[in-house]
Amino acid sequence: MFENLQEKLSRVFKNLSGRGKITEKNVKDAIREVKLSLLEADVNYKVVKEFVDHVLQKALGEEVLRSLTPDQQFIKIVRDELVRIMGEKNEPLRLVHRPAPIMMVGLQGSGKTTTCAKLAKLLKKEGRNPLLVAADLYRPAAVDQLVKLGNQIGVNVVHDYNKTPVEIVKEAVDVAESTGKDILIVDTAGRLHIDEEMMKELEEIKKILNPDEILLVVDAMMGQDAVNTAKVFDERLDLTGFVVTKMDGDARGGVILSIKYVTGKPVKFIGTSEKIDGLEPFHPDRIANRILGMGDVLSLIEKV
Amino acid sequence: MGLFDFLKKGLQKTKETFFGRVVKLLKGKKLDDETREELEELLIQADVGVETTEYILERLEEKDGDALESLKEIILEILNFDTKLNVPPEPPFVIMVVGVNGTGKTTSCGKLAKMFVDEGKSVVLAAADTFRAAAIEQLKIWGERVGATVISHSEGADPAAVAFDAVAHALARNKDVVIIDTAGRLHTKKNLMEELRKVHRVVKKKIPDAPHETLLVIDATTGQNGLVQAKIFKEAVNVTGIILTKLDGTAKGGITLAIARELGIPIKFIGVGEKAEDLRPFDPEAFVEVLISE
Ligand SMILES: Nc1nc2c(ncn2[C@@H]2O[C@H](COP(=O)(O)OP(=O)(O)OP(=O)(O)O)[C@@H](O)[C@H]2O)c(=O)[nH]1
Ligand SMILES: Nc1nc2c(ncn2[C@@H]2O[C@H](COP(=O)(O)OP(=O)(O)OP(=O)(O)O)[C@@H](O)[C@H]2O)c(=O)[nH]1
Ligand SMILES: [Mg+2]
Ligand SMILES: [Mg+2]
Repeated sequence: MFENLQEKLSRVFKNLSGRGKITEKNVKDAIREVKLSLLEADVNYKVVKEFVDHVLQKALGEEVLRSLTPDQQFIKIVRDELVRIMGEKNEPLRLVHRPAPIMMVGLQGSGKTTTCAKLAKLLKKEGRNPLLVAADLYRPAAVDQLVKLGNQIGVNVVHDYNKTPVEIVKEAVDVAESTGKDILIVDTAGRLHIDEEMMKELEEIKKILNPDEILLVVDAMMGQDAVNTAKVFDERLDLTGFVVTKMDGDARGGVILSIKYVTGKPVKFIGTSEKIDGLEPFHPDRIANRILGMGDVLSLIEKV
Repeated sequence: MGLFDFLKKGLQKTKETFFGRVVKLLKGKKLDDETREELEELLIQADVGVETTEYILERLEEKDGDALESLKEIILEILNFDTKLNVPPEPPFVIMVVGVNGTGKTTSCGKLAKMFVDEGKSVVLAAADTFRAAAIEQLKIWGERVGATVISHSEGADPAAVAFDAVAHALARNKDVVIIDTAGRLHTKKNLMEELRKVHRVVKKKIPDAPHETLLVIDATTGQNGLVQAKIFKEAVNVTGIILTKLDGTAKGGITLAIARELGIPIKFIGVGEKAEDLRPFDPEAFVEVLISE
């Protein structure tokens, strides 16, 4: 369905090789291919616009125009720009308090509950002693889901159907302190960013927890609206980062670029399976090719 | 409140601002460069996708007359399907619900059950998601909530066996409707897609024409990947319609326009909330308004 960007670009530049100089028009055609490619990857329209403007300025510099391999030189500019926006390296969790509270928030069905359990497992493997908290009391069987996942990985889950989310979080803080847990992972109900009452609930939970990490869980298949969601959640809660789930599919994941661009907050983990061990630290430099819809061009670029 | 009123009420504010501007720009005019770009932006931001957006804009340029009316016509043409459900002459009416993870399948099963129960029908829900933690419990709660029988096995059981039992149960007890909830699966996972085909096959063993409807649940926030999802699910289990969920958020579900145009799959229902009554039959005209609002 998607033609390789690299092929398109070589086509754009090849048309003129042999006929001498590369012109501004060639560069603009190339920019257009990048623009389309990013839109097909679901990078937000406004982000794409600003991004390509930036690339255009750089590409019109001497380098590309003079280069013998303009397509590669051009891809390098695009790629460097992507990496610049997304950051070079993985940003780890910053856990300072004891117990260190982590809040998982997001839209309905994005993967919060699963990610809570995955993260608990990951931290346990690192020798930490996490406690899970079932603060979604709305979605049918959400508590059961977390309890089952907790059992699978041998992590306790604080839950009580007769309490409100805020009450259960208060209780969990006490439980963690009295049982010597060093991390508190709180699963919250899915909610729309425009649901005022539900967003207030998160602010209340935040006040009680004073969390070290507030992670917005975002579905990799999400389209243009991701920036609205990310912006509003960030404005209300001052997020510390994102988890992008369902990266095991074939979504290009343009959402990663968009949310980082509009909030400046890093993606810390990606979900790579519905199984409990499918969570990995996110390495931004490795994702540029996927967003651009290119194979491994790293080696190609290294030759430039 | 009908769907149209419901959506209109929600859109009142936006209609006065951006949509209003587009209306002013387009009404009684042909498309000029400025409006073309503004419209392009609007459609892309609604997840309609580059190709279908270009298609719409080109069609618009060909048309004479009021650009706004033309735009509506073009979109309605794309969505012009028979959205009636394929109800068999003899019950049970078997519906299978499929889709990628977390789109709203189980919830939509509950909502569909409620719709049929309200029509005085007897409904069987099949808990054929035996993989996701507490998926069975979730469906059982929906069954209780709306008054439908839930047929389930234990976690990890064969989904096809659950579907088979549910259909057998409906046949034996003269139930009107069977709704099969399946596990979320990414279309790229070959073994899971094969598992889904098996559910399909096993149901056919009991009733050759079944499932009479195979509904693909697409989350309105889905971007361009939705098109690939629809394509592969259609190839695997012959999807007959789409349930577009979470339209109560700010996403527009524009990818379903690309799906309708390129794959010919109609939208049959939309989800507008988490409650049992938050499912509506699809109304193309109301959808056009959603799509071109900001
Ligand atoms: N393939 C895949 N599936 C995932 C991933 N993360 C979560 N899921 C699946 O996505 C679906 C939704 O996950 P949940 O954890 O229930 O999502 P949630 O955000 O807690 O949902 P609500 O509580 O209803 O808002 C489930 O089927 C999960 O198995 C992932 O990284 N890859
Ligand atoms: N706002 C809103 N939320 C919805 C809608 N439909 C479903 N949801 C929510 O989306 C989340 C996921 O719904 P489920 O029905 O569990 O999704 P699913 O497709 O069965 O998920 P898996 O079985 O894990 O793949 C839940 O929190 C639902 O309450 C809708 O139309 N609007
Ligand atoms: Mg959850
Ligand atoms: Mg489900």
